[in-house]
Amino acid sequence: MDLHYFLYGIYPYIVLAVFLLGSWLRFDYAQYSWKSDSSQLLSKRYLRLGSNLFHVGVLVLFLGHFAGLVMPVELWHSLGISDLTHQWIAIIAGTIFGMMALAGAIILLIRRLTNSRVKATSRFMDIFILIWLILTLLAGLSTLPASIHHAYENDPSVMLVLGEWVQSGLSLQIQSALLNEVDWVFKIHLFFGLTVFLLFPFSRLVHIWSAPLGYLMRAYQIVRRKPRTL
Amino acid sequence: MRIRAQIAMIMNLDKCIGCHTCSVTCKNVWTNRAGVEYAWFNNVESKPGIGYPQHWEDQEKWRGGWQLKKGKLELKSGTRLTRLVNIFANPDMPEIDDYGEPVTYDYSHLQTSPLAEAAPTARPRSLIDGQRVEKLHWGSNWEDDLAGEFSERSQDVNFTEVNKQMYADFENTFHLYLPRICNHCLNPSCVASCPSGSLYKREEDGIVLVDQDKCRGWRMCVSACPYKKIYYNWESGKAEKCLFCYPRVESGMPTVCSETCVGRIRYMGVMLYDADAIEQTASAENEEDLYQQHLNLFLDPNNPEIIKLAKEQGIPHSWLEAAQKSPIYKMAVEWKVALPLHPEFRTLPMVWYVPPLSPVQSQIDQGNLPTQGDGMMPTPDILRIPLQYLANLFTAGDETAVYQSLSRLMALRSYQRSKHVEGETKQEVLDKVGLTVEQVEQMYRYMAIANYEDRFVIPTGHEELRNKDSYALQGYNGISFDGTSKGTHPFNAFPKQRSASVFVDLPKSSNKG
Repeated sequence: MDLHYFLYGIYPYIVLAVFLLGSWLRFDYAQYSWKSDSSQLLSKRYLRLGSNLFHVGVLVLFLGHFAGLVMPVELWHSLGISDLTHQWIAIIAGTIFGMMALAGAIILLIRRLTNSRVKATSRFMDIFILIWLILTLLAGLSTLPASIHHAYENDPSVMLVLGEWVQSGLSLQIQSALLNEVDWVFKIHLFFGLTVFLLFPFSRLVHIWSAPLGYLMRAYQIVRRKPRTL
Repeated sequence: MRIRAQIAMIMNLDKCIGCHTCSVTCKNVWTNRAGVEYAWFNNVESKPGIGYPQHWEDQEKWRGGWQLKKGKLELKSGTRLTRLVNIFANPDMPEIDDYGEPVTYDYSHLQTSPLAEAAPTARPRSLIDGQRVEKLHWGSNWEDDLAGEFSERSQDVNFTEVNKQMYADFENTFHLYLPRICNHCLNPSCVASCPSGSLYKREEDGIVLVDQDKCRGWRMCVSACPYKKIYYNWESGKAEKCLFCYPRVESGMPTVCSETCVGRIRYMGVMLYDADAIEQTASAENEEDLYQQHLNLFLDPNNPEIIKLAKEQGIPHSWLEAAQKSPIYKMAVEWKVALPLHPEFRTLPMVWYVPPLSPVQSQIDQGNLPTQGDGMMPTPDILRIPLQYLANLFTAGDETAVYQSLSRLMALRSYQRSKHVEGETKQEVLDKVGLTVEQVEQMYRYMAIANYEDRFVIPTGHEELRNKDSYALQGYNGISFDGTSKGTHPFNAFPKQRSASVFVDLPKSSNKG
């Protein structure tokens, strides 16, 4: 078994299992620790800029990756978007929101390391996950020259292969061989990205599961009867 | 009509001596932990002053409470969507410096310092980052007993429409204590603002609580509560608030703050109200009507129709009995001497206040001020505390209700004075303020004598009503406190709380786990 097969044939399943089971276990056994862990009370300065840049950037990146890699390409074809247009959209959106997220994350990291209150109350994982996300973003942004080069050559094949690999993984028939010919920059980004999901249940990232979209539909007031014990 | 019962509180400010015993006992019971050092579920403010956190009453600054938008109630911080858009950084969130950084003191230095000319001192050190704090800037009793400059304190928004410069002179100054806890509102804006739905009002007694497991730390409640009585625990990342000591209340005991009040200013009892009318009541067009509308929401516990309906809707008999003996009903509805705090926030608060009298006795003795018939009692509008100021606190600016309350408090004194000093009761004093002899004798009993059993009429919770099958509970609670045993894990991969119990010399963050 070589490293390539392990990282892109086995590791994704370890990640998926830890991500799903870990989140479930933490929700059931340690829900008191399930939170966004905001430090806004301790320091507002730079938070508004940093946090908004970071969150908006990351959210759009996540949705973009989902749309580009998980959704079947046929869907885009039927909407009249050719693979090459698809790739150009990915490049442009990725650049804009990737830079946004990176700038935000760097502001947040500087704040976390230099504000004495925030620094003192940071746990190891709070800092580690932020650095890991920055590395993932940097790796993602460093794939841009290769992507742009492909796009200029009218060759969206790498993008299509990546999508195929993601879909093969999610359908539990992963084909690591698909990535044999792919540039190493993409592979590094893949490894860092996958690992984010591995770290997910052990970090503050779990708050993403709780994105409170239901609030938009909810009545303002909540009245609870004490739960019956049996 | 949907009848609900609520445990409510009244504080008689006329008797508050500002001793802070309520705050201290509350803190010792609930908030002597890391992360909530700065949280005072109960605090006592000196008015006029800007309070704790700074300027909490100024909703132009914090955007707490409700507003009317085209006749409909909406949170002052905007629509639900506005709050979700602002969730990454709440623009209205107070910072720890608005409360004052929590500190401890280098007590050990007193013992370890070498022999020196000057006595050693224990200097403050932050409980958050352990750094030396050179200068303290604010705290929960920063303005205690009118400490500080008038120019600072007079930024108090209750000075609206009061010629405040007049009160800058020492001779004209005035002062009152305002103990504050969570108001356990009927229309709580904290609950309405919570994106994860972790805040809720209990159906059986109206206590507003945060589900600690469900709270995700989105911090919208902190800014949405216009009384700033929700605190963000910086250690646990969860919102915490006054629990109205629900474990005590469920057992029929008053809250710790009430129990330990040396001035016996606090009253607790049951109020019945119509839950269907909450929204309409809180949407009263004119802010000055909110007090009266709020009064209209309360139901008469002696009305046979109401009793019948309440029983049909499952309110226990003991609660109806308690509602009939409720000191809150007497003071708020029958005598109308108690008033809500800042009704204009439209949250329909359920902790009410009897406004304080502010004697001007030496001026009266010197014949400088007009008196009522007995030659002893001043008229309510010439007391030290300007009527308008009290009206801004309690009735959204309408002086008539405050005037009535103060007149009745003085009529009580005048009547008792005529009875005990002059030996003849003066009925006309009561007629003037619309009280009967029977009422004023009761007022005397409840407000002057203030026996424990009159102040606190709290029915116990009815656990048996929610356990349909108590037999099945047998042997259920043997091992852990939450019903089931989870065993003991020597290893836990998920983030733990930092170990913390009570204040020590070093900040908790220095021994994170």
